[in-house]
Amino acid sequence: MTPEKLQQIAESERERQAQFADGVNVCVATGCLASKSQSVKGALDSEVVTRGWENRCHVKGVGCLGLCSEGPLVSTRSGALYKRVTAADAGDILDHAGKAPLRRLLCPTDMPFFQKQQKIVTENSGVVDPERIEDYISAGGYSALIQVLTEMTPVQVIQEVTKSGLRGRGGAGYPTGLKWSTVAKAVGTQKFVICNADEGDPGAFMDRSVLESDPHRVIEGMLIAAYAVGASLGYIYIRAEYPLAIKQLRTALPQAEQLGLLGTAICGTRFNFRIELRVGAGAYVCGEETALIASVEGKRGTPRPRPPYPAQAGLLGQPTLINNVETFASIPPIIRKGGDWYASIGTEKSKGTKVFSLTGQILNTGVVEVPMGVTLREMIFEIGGGIPKARKFKAVQTGGPSGGCIPAQFLDTQVDYESLAQLGSMMGSGGMVVMDESSCMVDVAKYFMEFCMSESCGKCIPCRVGTYQMHRILSAITNMTATAQDLKMLEELCDLLKNTSLCGLGQSAPNPVVSTLKSFATEYKAHIQEHKCAAGVCTPKAQEVCA
Amino acid sequence: MATYFAKPAPPSQDKRWKLVDETMRRTGQHSRGLIETLHTVQQAFGYLDEKALRYVAVSLRVPLSRAYGVATFYHYFTLKPAGRHSCSVCTGTACHIKGSAELLARAKHELGIKPGDTTLEGEVSLVSERCVGPCGLGPVVVYDEEVAAEETPQALALRLNKWIMR
Repeated sequence: MTPEKLQQIAESERERQAQFADGVNVCVATGCLASKSQSVKGALDSEVVTRGWENRCHVKGVGCLGLCSEGPLVSTRSGALYKRVTAADAGDILDHAGKAPLRRLLCPTDMPFFQKQQKIVTENSGVVDPERIEDYISAGGYSALIQVLTEMTPVQVIQEVTKSGLRGRGGAGYPTGLKWSTVAKAVGTQKFVICNADEGDPGAFMDRSVLESDPHRVIEGMLIAAYAVGASLGYIYIRAEYPLAIKQLRTALPQAEQLGLLGTAICGTRFNFRIELRVGAGAYVCGEETALIASVEGKRGTPRPRPPYPAQAGLLGQPTLINNVETFASIPPIIRKGGDWYASIGTEKSKGTKVFSLTGQILNTGVVEVPMGVTLREMIFEIGGGIPKARKFKAVQTGGPSGGCIPAQFLDTQVDYESLAQLGSMMGSGGMVVMDESSCMVDVAKYFMEFCMSESCGKCIPCRVGTYQMHRILSAITNMTATAQDLKMLEELCDLLKNTSLCGLGQSAPNPVVSTLKSFATEYKAHIQEHKCAAGVCTPKAQEVCA
Repeated sequence: MATYFAKPAPPSQDKRWKLVDETMRRTGQHSRGLIETLHTVQQAFGYLDEKALRYVAVSLRVPLSRAYGVATFYHYFTLKPAGRHSCSVCTGTACHIKGSAELLARAKHELGIKPGDTTLEGEVSLVSERCVGPCGLGPVVVYDEEVAAEETPQALALRLNKWIMR
């Protein structure tokens, strides 16, 4: 593979697509598939054949178009976006191809949901066919890799990433450039790059969306990282619950190998890199980097104390770079457009854009990418369109089971790593679950504790026993059998777990409890003293034995 | 001192063991491939029984306890045969606040089993899933491979009863 050959592939793909007078893109990512988009694509395909339009209209299956709640979504080359499309609409859509858009199904794209977004990581989502590497290349794909291999030294690559100010998108926000340079400096017989695609936070699905819509972007990001740190073998660790993302990767990896973008002597240089896929087996704790490494090694996914950090001694004791899907997906544009360009987006300490999945009691659910620093109010009431059924906003939960619930008075907070941490929540991987007055905050805290309890790996005692005890107390509160003494114990346990657990799972397990205790103390009191649940979720029950 | 190691024969003549052998070969006959191999066994046979665990453990030269430990650590692996159909109720956060508890309760009632179990006649396995991903469309239930969005207890009961009757 040479720069010229890449150019050639891009050109011929553009020509191929230009042959068609019209194009219709159907979202076939998990969100729209659940609302039967496959039958829409099938209907469009057969309608094209019946009309003899095979050379006129190009029906393409694409990744996520973002607004999952209005799916199945279909977009046309002329820029119209159709929502809630059914197989019966295929004929009408083709009738309007290249003409005025079909009013009946039109989804307005001038609303804040689309206008407030800035797409960098998801620039190709809903545009390119995730099953065709040529389509990715025609959109400028793999040009960053070629640029890195032919014009830059590994040190320069790391400098560019450092300059961009990119921070780990898995949630903790560790500076990516710093991590890369640590691995690059570490000494080992072989170095590894691992992509953490074990997106376990319930309510977070950005990584799934990126992998389903644009798998080659992640592969390109990993290749650039491997070149920068000097790694020769990479793993993508993906959870088994994402069958479509796994399928897209299984298609994408051999394609890249075939074009000589993966393998030995890539682009005629001395750079060798292979990527293997590792499918997880359903353990939330494997999102923690040391547990993930254990799992890649074929063991039980239990974490170990750090240091040594994986950057020094990771997989098989060798220096290992672990980054999240979104972090790798941010790399190609940073190389193409420069670190300074990326650093100009976002806030002072949190640069660039972040992909969020908006869900819960909110009008527009789906995947959005916004510059760091938008306020929660903008996210929820402008992009998200507010709360349906004229109910009142109560809280937004960020960061999954490790995060917290942010109440209405902090709606004007900016979304960045520091601001969210100050509120006792965290950025996390990017899940945002909006709750209205029909949600009981104690019940929500119990839900997350139940999650942490059953996902605790059992290695360290504070987490294994502590989550059980906290869940017992929270169950008692929701069953209206708790006492003031229980509440005090709950607070003590929060402290204990935070300070003595081995890994992030245990240390952050109390976060949902701490944040709801702080902002919704009256709800806890109402449950304990008056045996009342304002949301009407909890009902008095006899003390039951915890499962 | 290196000892001679003979690869054990598969537990039966079943052709599916070839798939399992292939996975072990692909991952270099190394204990690192344990999880991958168990995935293949489960895909081929539907579950992991003692025979399979013993075969994989001996082939990859790990103690049976380790194979068993891995098989029981991860939720995805099951040691019991699954039913002809599966009903997975998603209990992720978004589905939870949109009423997945009600769906799970109805499923338990209709089938008379707990999550993780299979009905007596082997028709349906009930699973409570962590998060399947299409959170925008909750509550979500996955019937076999088909994802049902914004599911109601009534629709769920209807679907399950069709399976049980057959």
